[in-house]
This record gives sequence, structure tokens and C-alpha cells, in this order.
Amino acid sequence: MVQWLADILIIGGLTAFLALLLEIAHRFLADYGECRILINGQKELTVTGGSPLLFTLGQNNIFIPSACGGRGTCAYCKVKVLEGGGPVLPTEQPYLTQEERETFVRLSCQVKVRGDLKIEIPEELFLIKEFRVRVEDMTDLTPRIKGLNLKIMEPQEGITFKPGQYVQLEVPRHGKVKEPEFRAYSICSTCQEHGYLELMITRVEDGTVSSYVHQILKPGDELTLRGPFGDFYYRDSDKDLLLVATGSGLAPIRSILHYLAEQGISRKTLFFFGAKTRDDLMYLDELKGFEQTLADFSFVPTLSRVEEGDAWDGERGRVTDLIKSRIDSGRNLEVYICGAPPMVESSLALLLEKGVPEESIFFDKFA
Amino acid sequence: MENLTAGTLFFAAIFTNNILLTNFLGLCPFLAISRDKKSALGLGAAVVFVMTCTTVLNHLVYYRILMPLDLVYLRYIVFIVVIAAFVQLVEMIIERFFAPLYYVLGVFLPLITVNCAILGASLFMIIRGYGLGQAAAYGAGSGIGWMLAIVTVGAIRDKIQKTARLPRGLEGPAITLIITGLMSLGFMAFSGMIQIQ
Repeated sequence: MVQWLADILIIGGLTAFLALLLEIAHRFLADYGECRILINGQKELTVTGGSPLLFTLGQNNIFIPSACGGRGTCAYCKVKVLEGGGPVLPTEQPYLTQEERETFVRLSCQVKVRGDLKIEIPEELFLIKEFRVRVEDMTDLTPRIKGLNLKIMEPQEGITFKPGQYVQLEVPRHGKVKEPEFRAYSICSTCQEHGYLELMITRVEDGTVSSYVHQILKPGDELTLRGPFGDFYYRDSDKDLLLVATGSGLAPIRSILHYLAEQGISRKTLFFFGAKTRDDLMYLDELKGFEQTLADFSFVPTLSRVEEGDAWDGERGRVTDLIKSRIDSGRNLEVYICGAPPMVESSLALLLEKGVPEESIFFDKFA
Repeated sequence: MENLTAGTLFFAAIFTNNILLTNFLGLCPFLAISRDKKSALGLGAAVVFVMTCTTVLNHLVYYRILMPLDLVYLRYIVFIVVIAAFVQLVEMIIERFFAPLYYVLGVFLPLITVNCAILGASLFMIIRGYGLGQAAAYGAGSGIGWMLAIVTVGAIRDKIQKTARLPRGLEGPAITLIITGLMSLGFMAFSGMIQIQ
């Protein structure tokens, strides 16, 4: 008993001594002092050197995508390092094409900040920030979906996003939820408004985030969110537009419609909106109103389960039925689909069959 | 094994008892980094350095600390901790003071922490009861042997990539293992020259 206690102590002491040695060495050897990072020729950061560029930027609220956590295996964290990055490391070689090497692309998790740097990152990444928001208003859009109107408190300049993109909402610790959790929600308001944004949140049975929003959150509360993210956003072209949504999949589509109206874009646009019952339809008046404000827009809501005694005179069935019956040739179509995964899958298959080019179909699956 | 001189041991560790080709240790970095000569040389040099230093360090730790305290049964843990700490320290020093060397060699250092050939060399020297001088020679020899193997295979793979058209199923690790196997046969032919086990 005493013997193995002593053994543990000795081994513990030995490892602690080595750890201490490393810590001291780290303090003195890995101290690169203050370094300046110039981003896109405009913004300058003053940071403490010694860490990989990826983490240094993250600490300064510039979030470069990364899936492997900085181990140099996912190759998502590519940025251009114009000056001060040193030679390309063997650990980066396999992930860089010849063209990327010539244009100074590096993996930001492998480039250490050891001095002043000049880097270039895509504008969109520059826009990803952490926001403090206050709940101004909550509305029951349907019995299962709540609309949140959020005022951005910090940072002052507000949010800049493309219509269709999403944010990640952080739900703080509460009740049984011991760690803050993040969930992605598409922004459903117009991108012209930088100081406010609206989200639609569907109640999910036992969903931590959605039940927090539906049961605990009240106007006046403050929340944290990060964004904007995602490549499901409106693209300019002169093809005809087909928008397809079910349930809260309406969110990004609504943002796109507002954008079309505000920019006076006159593409021929068709919007299929699917719901179960009449109670599940939302923003009906506003969506019908776009038929007046947009040059060439038709809104087609459809119900898959019309309740008895409901005098619904619109379309019946699923959005896929509408695609089957109303789309003849898809060659000149650009399609945006958003909703539950099974709906997205089957719509996708139908549209490809109708001849819509694969690169003209954009979709976002809501799990 | 007291009768073997450090010089003989050094020679044996490179040729007749090559740690990679006869003990098959350190295969993972070997397969991953042997794609071209240059990287293979960098990693090989790092292994030589770390292996030499850690066998000496572990020799001291084993006979000066673990033996007197009767903690020999914990040598696996202690050895790996010593290796990890040493590699970290060396990486920091190289990165700070020898930047050009760091770009060539330093980036491979973290890979070496978990290279089993390094731990293997430390354990072999204990099992075979080497003295400090012998241990240093054995460590250096094993490192050079490992480098010799990886550089040779790196060069062969380089050549194959440029000239031979391999069946899909044989590309990458598959052909590397076959080459290694053939080389291993060749090296084992020497094994009768010096008996060290």
C-alpha cells in the first residue's frame, strides 16, 4: 500500500518536473512578443505571437472554417499569407495545389505567428462575428413555430449577410443543460437591415435549444449568436427562379424574397410553399403581397392534410406534386430548396429528372 | 552482450539488425512520409537525433532513478514521457534559434514522439543490458539505420511514381510494404554476421 503510493508520488513528481521544465521553456522560448497582422490591406490586428494563425485569428473573432481543430488534416482553413509566413511546410504540401502555392495560399493552422504578417481572407469570413443580441419581440407564427425579432447590441456596426445564410444561436446553461449549446437557424429577415434580424424556431420534442426558446426565453433577454455562415444564398443570374420550402424552411426564402423586392429584381419567380394544415401556414398575406411588389412572381401554397370543415380552395398535396405538375422543362431554371431532408431529397431527384442542371440547384436541409 | 564494442554495435544497428527492416518498428511514419526523398531525409535526420539523445537520457533515467527506487516496472510510462518532453523541448529550441532548420526538420518532430522505433530502441538497450556508451552507439546506429531505410524506400517510390504504372490496388502503402519486405529479406541476409540477440 505504502509502496505503491510512494511509486505514484515519484512518477507524478517526475512528470510534474518535466511539465514544469516545458512550461518554463515555453515561457522563455516561445515568446514572440507583439505581432501585427494586416488583413486584406485594411484591418490591422495586434496580437501576441507564438500560436498558429488559425487560433490567433479566432481569438480576435475572425473565424476561419476548420473541421479538424488545427491538426492539418481537413484543409478547410486556407488563407493567403502574403508576407511573413515563412516557407511552405512539408505538413501543408499535400493539401496545396500548384496554383495555390503560386498564390501564397497556406493552411492557417500550420502557419505560426512569429512576426508581422500580411494576409488575405475572403470578405465573407471577415463578416463572421460573435454578436450580442436582445430579444425585442416574440410571435407565434404557427402553433409550432415562434418568430424571434432580435436587436443587435454588439458590435455596433451590426450584421452583414447574404440572403439565405444562417447564424448559430447559443443557448446558455439552464436546467438540465450543463453546457452552452449552438444550433443553426436561417435568417428570415431582409439583409438590408443590419441592426435587427429575425429567426424562425420550430419546437422540437425534447430539443434543448428549441424548448429553451419556446418555454424560457422572453422579450428583453439577451443571447449570443455567431454568423453569418453557409453557401445557401441568392445568386444573380437571368434564369427563372423556382423557390421551394416547407415549414420553417421558409426562413431563408423569405429573406431572398425581400431582397428581390428591395433590389427591384424582375426574374420570373415561382414559390411553392408546403405545409400540413392551414394552421402551419405563415406570413400568408406578406407572401401574397409580393405578387404585387415583384414584377413576375407567383406564390403557390399547398396543404398536405386539409382538415375537415376547412374551406381551403388552394392546392392540395405536397410540394413534390407541384413540381411534377407545374414544371415542364427545367433547363432554364435556378432552384432554391429549403426544408426537411426527405422533401429536399425527393425534390432534388424530380428536378434533375426535369432537366435542371445540377449546378443550378441550391438546397439547405433542416434536420 | 557486454563483449560487443560500441563500434560493432553501431554497425550492427545500421545493417544487420536494422530496427525498421528486421524489427519492423516505426512503420507508420515510414509509410506516410516516404513519398519523396526530401521529406524522408528530413524525418530520418530528426529520428537519428532524437533516438540518439533519448536512448542516452533513458539509460540515465533507468539506471540512476528507476533502478535505485525499484520502479523498473514503470519504465514504459517513464520512457515515453521522457521522449515526449525531450521532443517538445527540442522543437521549441530549434523553432526559436534555428529557423531554417526548423522548416526542414522541425515540423517532423511532433510526429516522432509517437514513433515506436524510438521507444523500441530504449527498451531494447535495457533488455540487452547495454552500458551507456553502447546505448549511445546503439541509439545512433538504429536512427541511422531507420533513416537509411526510409530514404532508400523514398527514392524507390520517387522512381516508381515517375516511371511505373501500378495497378490501382497496389498504389501507396501496398507497394511500399512489398518494397520494404524485399529490402528486409536483403538485410536479413547479413544477420548472421553479428549476433546481438
